[in-house]
Amino acid sequence: MNARPSITVVRAALALLLTGAVLAFGFSANNYLLQAGTTLAMSAVLCLAWNIVGGFMGYPSFATAAFFGLGAYIGGIAQDAGAWLGLAWLAAAAGGAVFAASLGSVLLGLRGHYFAIGTIAVVEVMREVANNWEGLTGGAVGINIPIVPGSPREVGIFFYLVMWGLAAITFALTAFIARSKFGFSLRCIRQNENAARMVGIDVFRAKCAAFILSGLIVSTAGSIYASMVAFIEPKDVFNVLLSIEIPVMVMLGGAGTIAGPLVGAILYIFLKEVVWVNFINFHTAILGIIIIAVIYVVPRGVLRLFQGPAWSKMSARLLRPSRADRAP
Amino acid sequence: MIAQYIANGLLIGSLYACLAVGFSLIYGVLNIINVMHGSFVVLGAYVTIYCTLYLGVSPLIAAMIGCAVLFAFGYLVQRHLINEVVTAPIFISFTLTFGLDLLLNNAMIQAFTATPRSLILNYGSVTILGVSLSIARLGAMVLALVLTGLLYWLLRHSQMGRAIIAVRMDHYAARLLGIRVEHIYAITFGIGALMAAAAGAAMAVVFPITPLLSGVFLGKAFVICVLGGLGSVPGALVGGLALGLLESFGAVVFGSQWSTTVGFALMILVLVVRPSGLVGRKGFE
Repeated sequence: MNARPSITVVRAALALLLTGAVLAFGFSANNYLLQAGTTLAMSAVLCLAWNIVGGFMGYPSFATAAFFGLGAYIGGIAQDAGAWLGLAWLAAAAGGAVFAASLGSVLLGLRGHYFAIGTIAVVEVMREVANNWEGLTGGAVGINIPIVPGSPREVGIFFYLVMWGLAAITFALTAFIARSKFGFSLRCIRQNENAARMVGIDVFRAKCAAFILSGLIVSTAGSIYASMVAFIEPKDVFNVLLSIEIPVMVMLGGAGTIAGPLVGAILYIFLKEVVWVNFINFHTAILGIIIIAVIYVVPRGVLRLFQGPAWSKMSARLLRPSRADRAP
Repeated sequence: MIAQYIANGLLIGSLYACLAVGFSLIYGVLNIINVMHGSFVVLGAYVTIYCTLYLGVSPLIAAMIGCAVLFAFGYLVQRHLINEVVTAPIFISFTLTFGLDLLLNNAMIQAFTATPRSLILNYGSVTILGVSLSIARLGAMVLALVLTGLLYWLLRHSQMGRAIIAVRMDHYAARLLGIRVEHIYAITFGIGALMAAAAGAAMAVVFPITPLLSGVFLGKAFVICVLGGLGSVPGALVGGLALGLLESFGAVVFGSQWSTTVGFALMILVLVVRPSGLVGRKGFE
């Protein structure tokens, strides 16, 4: 008989514990911590979404800020036109998916450096368009978005819960993908695209599907962010730094794993909040130092540090979607 | 009027070529996208400006000092930091140079402030075929073209250049032939930084320079290299001149606020239609 609890029970307990912790934190934290918790949830969403393309599929995408800004602008403009909050978010999700489909069909033919450069260029173009298309986006001065009614604390808790809800959905989706045939195709593409094609995987469709899914999630997060801050401007939401920060967080945790993006986001946001407040003039330099340290010290992510003998059973089961690696 | 636009386009274009050729060389030989390139341009410009202001040397000597400083800086950075990740996946090296760039750029803003500075040279101007050109700008253009040509010659005809090409083609075989690959990598990175510094010195004659512009310069390098084809000197020259002309005419047709967008949009188009670039040839000379 196996005396240890099965991995399903461990996972369920862990999920319950996390949900409890998130809820308890949300209702007891002060405004600053609530803000930090919401930022953390948003980063987790973006990390998990990036991980689908950058981690599982191995395409170095820097398009995060493009989808984030697109979602923020679609949501914001829809709300300004009188759309209900949920409808604005749905519109942003749909817009993100459509944009990802058209962009993906063009850019996903590129590989390596060219793909990376292409995605960065998209962010730059989008920012310029938002800056210059004053009739639609209000130009460089940005747009105001109606504030959600309620006391600041209620609104804060509302957005905290919405962001964590999205994070939970994205996490579940990631776990599902990791075990599915689709996730298996993505990992095949990462290892060798031509070989993947040879064994009968519809490479183009799988790549597009991953890109669309990722873009949809990021756009939704962008629109929620826009409703939360009630003011957006091009240089804020189409910020290339966001496109870099997110992959760094994922790397910090461990790219291509399920829990890595989440752990990376938690560590990174914690690090940033602690260090940042003390060195306000040097925040980009500190971000640079964090990036350099991650690459030299934990290039494969902190989670993989715990793959020594004592940890191996536990972490290997939690991290690696082991069945799917062998299966379909 | 059209002649004036062409002249301006070619002038800026030759500076762009000089700006992009170092970026392209590093990409071609090390297979690394050097995100620090824009900051190298700014640093080169600043060293040149400060040397003319405080050492009182002529601008040309100051530009040479700038190039030497950046060469040494590039050599050391590659030898001690980037060399560790040369063989890592491109995402790693890309992110590392990005981190280094954040550090360098923040340090420059602290040291020099974000105030735009330029190299003010009054040598008068000449008028050729109804086109008016300032002599200082012409000098910047000549400097940029001469250095680009020199690099081309160096790669083709000097022993060092042949070693760089050998490493580019096959670094295992190059090592077997007794080439010190790490040294060549560092030299290549140094040359890339040197070309950036030269471009910066030339740019300082034409525009005011601030550390905040480093991203713009990096963006130009991206666009030019993709237009001309990543990793070749003629490619960078063609791409640079093409972008210069495009921006010059694009500003007339679309308005100057769209010039960056036009460049990037064209780049995405070229990426999709002809990823090897306009000149499109594999290998480096």
